[in-house]
Amino acid sequence: MQTINVTNFECETGNYHTFCPISCVAWLYQKIEDSFFLVVGTKTCGYFLQNALGVMIFAEPRYAMAELEEGDISAQLNDQEELKKICLRIKRDRKPSVIIWIGTCTTEIIKMDLEGIAPRLEKDLGVPIVVARANGLDYAFTQGEDTVLAATAHRCPKRQMSKQQCGEDVVNTVNGLEPNESKSDLSNSKIRGSNNHYLVLFGSLPSNVASQLNLELKRQSIDVSGWLPSQRYTELPSLGEGVYVCGVNPFLSRTATTLMRRKKCRLIGAPFPIGPDGTRAWIEKICSAFGIEPCGLQEREKKIWESLKNHLEIVKGKSVFFMGDNLLEISIARFLIRCGMVVYEIGIPYMDKRYQAAELLFLKSTCETMNVPMPRIVEKPDNYNQIQRMHELEPDLAITGMAHANPLEARGIDTKWSVEFTFAQIHGFTNAKDVLELVTRPLKRNFKLGSLKQNVLLRQKANH
Amino acid sequence: MKLAYWMYAGPAHIGTLRVASSFKNVHAVMHAPLGDDYFNVMRSMLERERDFTPVTASVVDRHVLARGSQEKVINNITRKDEEQRPDLIVPTPTCTSSILQEDLQNFVDRASISSTSDVILADVNHYRVNELQAADRTLEQIVCHYLIEARKQGTLSRFVTDAPSANTTGIFTLGFHHQHDCRELKRLLQSLGILVNQIIPEGGSLGDLKDLPRAWFNIVPYREAGLMTAILLEKEFGMPYVSTTPMGILDIADFIKQIGEYVNAWAPVLLGTTVDFEPYVGNQTKFVSQAAWFSKSIDCQNLGGKNAVVFGDATHAASITKILAKEMGIRVSRSGTYCKHDSQWFHEQVQGLCDEILITEDHTEVGNAIARIEPSAIFGTQMERHIGKRIDIPCGVISSPVHIQNFPLGYRPFLGYEGTNQIADSVYNSFNLGMEDHLLDVSGGHDTKEVTTKSLSNGKDLDWTPESQLESSRIPGFVRGKIKRNTEIFAKQNNISKITIDVMYAAKERLGS
Repeated sequence: MQTINVTNFECETGNYHTFCPISCVAWLYQKIEDSFFLVVGTKTCGYFLQNALGVMIFAEPRYAMAELEEGDISAQLNDQEELKKICLRIKRDRKPSVIIWIGTCTTEIIKMDLEGIAPRLEKDLGVPIVVARANGLDYAFTQGEDTVLAATAHRCPKRQMSKQQCGEDVVNTVNGLEPNESKSDLSNSKIRGSNNHYLVLFGSLPSNVASQLNLELKRQSIDVSGWLPSQRYTELPSLGEGVYVCGVNPFLSRTATTLMRRKKCRLIGAPFPIGPDGTRAWIEKICSAFGIEPCGLQEREKKIWESLKNHLEIVKGKSVFFMGDNLLEISIARFLIRCGMVVYEIGIPYMDKRYQAAELLFLKSTCETMNVPMPRIVEKPDNYNQIQRMHELEPDLAITGMAHANPLEARGIDTKWSVEFTFAQIHGFTNAKDVLELVTRPLKRNFKLGSLKQNVLLRQKANH
Repeated sequence: MKLAYWMYAGPAHIGTLRVASSFKNVHAVMHAPLGDDYFNVMRSMLERERDFTPVTASVVDRHVLARGSQEKVINNITRKDEEQRPDLIVPTPTCTSSILQEDLQNFVDRASISSTSDVILADVNHYRVNELQAADRTLEQIVCHYLIEARKQGTLSRFVTDAPSANTTGIFTLGFHHQHDCRELKRLLQSLGILVNQIIPEGGSLGDLKDLPRAWFNIVPYREAGLMTAILLEKEFGMPYVSTTPMGILDIADFIKQIGEYVNAWAPVLLGTTVDFEPYVGNQTKFVSQAAWFSKSIDCQNLGGKNAVVFGDATHAASITKILAKEMGIRVSRSGTYCKHDSQWFHEQVQGLCDEILITEDHTEVGNAIARIEPSAIFGTQMERHIGKRIDIPCGVISSPVHIQNFPLGYRPFLGYEGTNQIADSVYNSFNLGMEDHLLDVSGGHDTKEVTTKSLSNGKDLDWTPESQLESSRIPGFVRGKIKRNTEIFAKQNNISKITIDVMYAAKERLGS
């Protein structure tokens, strides 16, 4: 990995609105079909989850709160006994293949030793227990997924390749807890015997988006050997020395670090497959890691841009302001600049200049190609200051959290709710249009409302 | 530790924030980790607020854990003071600050030296009280603070108004139909010839609080929050209060009767006469509210044989139980509330009006009770609505917790005479009634489903490979049909007979999803 020198970095106070990282259970429990997520926290955590996830809560979700009470805080109750009771009930009622404990701010502050308790309970219960500390003291929103995946990576079976065998497909699984996957892995590798690389992609994507990306790589005759996370916990990919890994999302820096340092994998540092430009760069980078000459990519990208023509007309020349809350900001900003938009500011909760190096370089070169100045990148932004800046800049579109969206609309600034980018399908060539659909929706509606908006809806710009 | 999937009442700080942000020009500063400011999202979304929610966080992060907040809370308070000049800043503890046990009061004392705003630390403990109790307490705290201040400065106004007047306590943001109820209450008081002295906290201004004692009496429309304030005012100034909720014809009559008594305590002296509201009540009951006539009309005869389950906060569950049992002749099989802290009052209210009383915070217990009883209709919260959906029993939503659809744009009070109409509609519409009911019995249920549901895929000559079938089964249900159709159209246009995953995505790229 390399670090890069881009000058426009700033860091503010960190007084910004974002989702709590425990929200990652919302999409991860759906992704990992045989999992159960137990959030060990307080009513505050529970209240956030049930309100943020809306109707999903009513569909018998595979997640729950282990709600801490006063007795737990003052250590009148034994953590291990309490957790055991709860996990036994979960095992009985839901029969999950894995229980994932999400540590919260409270467990951090009272120093509940989840990592220590888990192996003991795991033995008693016979169900694997993975511990991820996705708390608001340390992380923002999507970084929750990062902590879960980094913890899960340790459970991936080991793939051993001796130096001579490196390149041939010999699997040597050493793992007691998941007997199933060594088998499936063996059979998989038999089918793919002809390949001389072993590539695992990491990042949770809806299964059809994952298979779209698999397909794109297959066109370059690259087989994806596995995904972290897999559709089921029992199908985790095997990892080890000589395995290539590549991230699909910009917020997975801990996972990347874990894969490199602890699992000895080789990281392919690439821009992220968001937008046709990003997807092409991503594939090219993977191809180059395997010494493959990519074919037909240029035409494919061109075709996708053509299909976006109607959308591009709407966004061209318009300005955007990212307030920052989900770490997708750099990639989306880069794509929007390529679409002809002007980005004033990219707010971002946390900026890993090493993990995002390729994406940052790509942003820089995109700005040069499009002949626009490099936007300022504001880490840990201050929402109050940002709103003041927005009043001066008057961007055409603010990409922001729901806490600010309605008030900004009332002040004449069109907004797009940033969380939608996290839940929409935005990866790969196929979904480039979906990203633009999201961005153009407020602009189009604005056009339709026309005079009504100008005359009636706007209130006086308040001094806020 | 408790295994919990869902809860009815939120954590304590939400109650404080609801009260603080309802007053004009009051700012709350939460002592909380990143992401705990979800309240702002709720207010902005559910209430569709046009203004920024006056709540910021003094973020608790690793540094705070290591060194304590030190100057951070103070700096955040003084910064807000300079930026927005609020009248009052309310530092709000959360579950996190409860365990950190920092001396927040000390920070507050220091901050109030340098800031022009008043600063009051919300006195709520996360582990002892819930959202509703916290709201009640915070409102009392703020009112108490300003009354003491006024007394010190000698600005406290203790002369009652010339004309009869009332305060209303406990109308605030994110309350179930509070805005509409507030309007209806004003209308009711106006037609009784009573002035509205003040409404707190919603839209209330702190500078006016010193005039609270000028009202002849107080009104507490909801049991959950506002009562403590009314009791405080009674203790300090001997102001009587009406705590009967004016929901349903009988309780409205009782409510007005009590008001009449309080007015007549002063009226001979100040007005030189007494008031008699009885003709007004009779008139309203007969002509303005349709509810009394409605339950008498033959349309409603069939309601008599039906049974229902009621669940919600104490105020609404009790009132609706009374309405169903006493005003509509519906049998209430189970009536319950999640306000455990107020269960004694609830027992007194619904005793004798229902078969059994259910006090619980566990939604599965409510769900099981409903499934066992199989009532004809449920009146509950959004959770009960979903329970009803699952077992196919209609549900009218009568209480928080609620969704955005329970913040209607149209006028939908639950209180007052217009409220009785709204409730009657809601109850009536929740049952299968009249002819429909009979016909369903006679014909053994609707069976139009098969006729009206067209098969989504009509491409018989198209061959979906097993992989692409699997792939399409993974597409979320609500768009699956559309994507399937688009794919088939695309395949036909391109003379493709075998639909592989490739074709599916090519179609999406071309036609969009």
